[in-house]
Amino acid sequence: MTSVELLIWVRGPGLQLSLAAFILGMTYRILQTYFLGRAKNLAEPRGSEWVHGIKTIWWRSFFHPGMTVRGYFTIISGYMFHLGFIVTLLFFDQHIELFKSWTGLSWPALPPIVITVTAVLGIAALVAVLVDRFADPVRYLLSDYQDYLCWTLTVLPLVTGLLLAYKIWLPYTSLLTVHIISFELLLVAIPFTKLSHVFTIFIARWYNGAIAGYRGVQS
Amino acid sequence: MVKPASLAEHLECHQVSRRGFLKFCALTTSMMALSPSMMPAVARALEKARRPSVIWLSFQECTGCTESLTRSHSPTIENLILNYLSLDYHHTLQAASGDAAERAREAAMSENYGQYILAVDGSIPVKDGGVYSTIAGVSNLEMLQHTVAGAAAVVAIGSCAAFGGLPHAHPNPTGAVPVQELVHDKPVVNVSGCPPIPVVISGVLAHYLTFGRIPDLDSYGRPLSFFGASIHDRCYRRPYYNKGLFAETFDDEGAKNGWCLFKLGCKGPTTYNACATAKWNQGTSFPIQSGHGCIGCSEPHFWDAGGFYQPLSAGIGSVGTLAGMAVVAGAAAGTAAGRLHQAKRKQAQRQHEKVTVADLEETDS
Repeated sequence: MTSVELLIWVRGPGLQLSLAAFILGMTYRILQTYFLGRAKNLAEPRGSEWVHGIKTIWWRSFFHPGMTVRGYFTIISGYMFHLGFIVTLLFFDQHIELFKSWTGLSWPALPPIVITVTAVLGIAALVAVLVDRFADPVRYLLSDYQDYLCWTLTVLPLVTGLLLAYKIWLPYTSLLTVHIISFELLLVAIPFTKLSHVFTIFIARWYNGAIAGYRGVQS
Repeated sequence: MVKPASLAEHLECHQVSRRGFLKFCALTTSMMALSPSMMPAVARALEKARRPSVIWLSFQECTGCTESLTRSHSPTIENLILNYLSLDYHHTLQAASGDAAERAREAAMSENYGQYILAVDGSIPVKDGGVYSTIAGVSNLEMLQHTVAGAAAVVAIGSCAAFGGLPHAHPNPTGAVPVQELVHDKPVVNVSGCPPIPVVISGVLAHYLTFGRIPDLDSYGRPLSFFGASIHDRCYRRPYYNKGLFAETFDDEGAKNGWCLFKLGCKGPTTYNACATAKWNQGTSFPIQSGHGCIGCSEPHFWDAGGFYQPLSAGIGSVGTLAGMAVVAGAAAGTAAGRLHQAKRKQAQRQHEKVTVADLEETDS
């Protein structure tokens, strides 16, 4: 298989199959979680589950002082990575073209230099948390292969994307192929690893908020 | 009339000035990515070059390659180079037809056996014994195998000959293959493009005349001097790409301002050719300069590489059906797993045996 044939495959069947695996896996995980069900609460409700659930989904995305009791490192690196990754993924011109080809929807892009900054910040944060994972004995002991697999699958699209944007090391065709493959691997891995939190975090937040709402307390 | 023996004499016959000849040598030296100091050597070699025989076979093709070659530079020195070559067989250009044409080919082959250059444009159908394209009752496959036996080198001209081109596109009903899949014992140079740039064809021939060997090639068998850089790398619109300034439609402000055509499907980043430097129509322009994205015609499988107007970053083909099937399959599997879990939980509840204080007291005693 030549490099051109490989690129055609990853842009065609490869992308379709990985997207299908992602959709299948996420649908499976979400429904499986839904059917776990909840024990019936016999107590009289003191507030709305839904309102508090939705509010919690929204408000838990933002910083609040109670989050810093264990220091600032996790908070800063966490925000840096997540914002860097999400902005790079959703606001780069060429990524928007991909989403447009899938959904027909498009939105304004950020200038490439801004995307470069967000990607570099994302990579820097990932490197920092990896170093911290090795440096902190407790965190190191708690880590298993899946943590390192998820880290690798997350950092690869950012690194290959930067190499592609500035055409470093390999020809454009090869870099584009490697970048798309790295994205496809991430897509396939998300539903079946800890990375599934891209969706399940909203279920978990809603659940926490809903419990608090039912009891009439702040979540 | 005595035919001129060397290029110098031939040019003299056609009243080409010394200045014109040297300008061509400088251009050829530059296009072949040779050092400027090589220009006198190129000039000396071309002056003394003998007239090699060229047999041009046209198979499954549209004649666009010949049209490109003959029209775009006439009557410049590139054509004179081709006149200088002894083009002994070419369907479109030769006066003879029928048996006379085929006899000319046989004669050229026997007179120059082992020394002639074989130029091929068009792909070769091999399915069902190659019956889908024949010349004078002979299949393209047979004619190629017969003619290539005495060739010194083969130049596959155009993307059909180099990579299969349009006839090779899915589902490839004639089993079309490129020259390089059939010829393994002769040097093959792929001059891809749909059509190829005339100066690239003449440059490859000039290189052969100058050095007596084929030029250095890339991994696809194309001359590195012409196919070493991508269109994107040499594109004058590249600064707009770097700034993220793209035309969204063919008539918006971006298009009028000459912004990058990436979003309109330009395949310049993955296409290797000399269009952005050599240009077309005597160096007038090239597709991107005239407002249309590169379609990647000098790359293998360019017909099967997605829509011409789809950006490179977009996927190839529709995902709707597969995505729908994935949702259904995921929902079925998720529901089944959830229900199974519920059933297990109920069974566990049913089988749960309550322990009373009396039971515990019995155990203690």
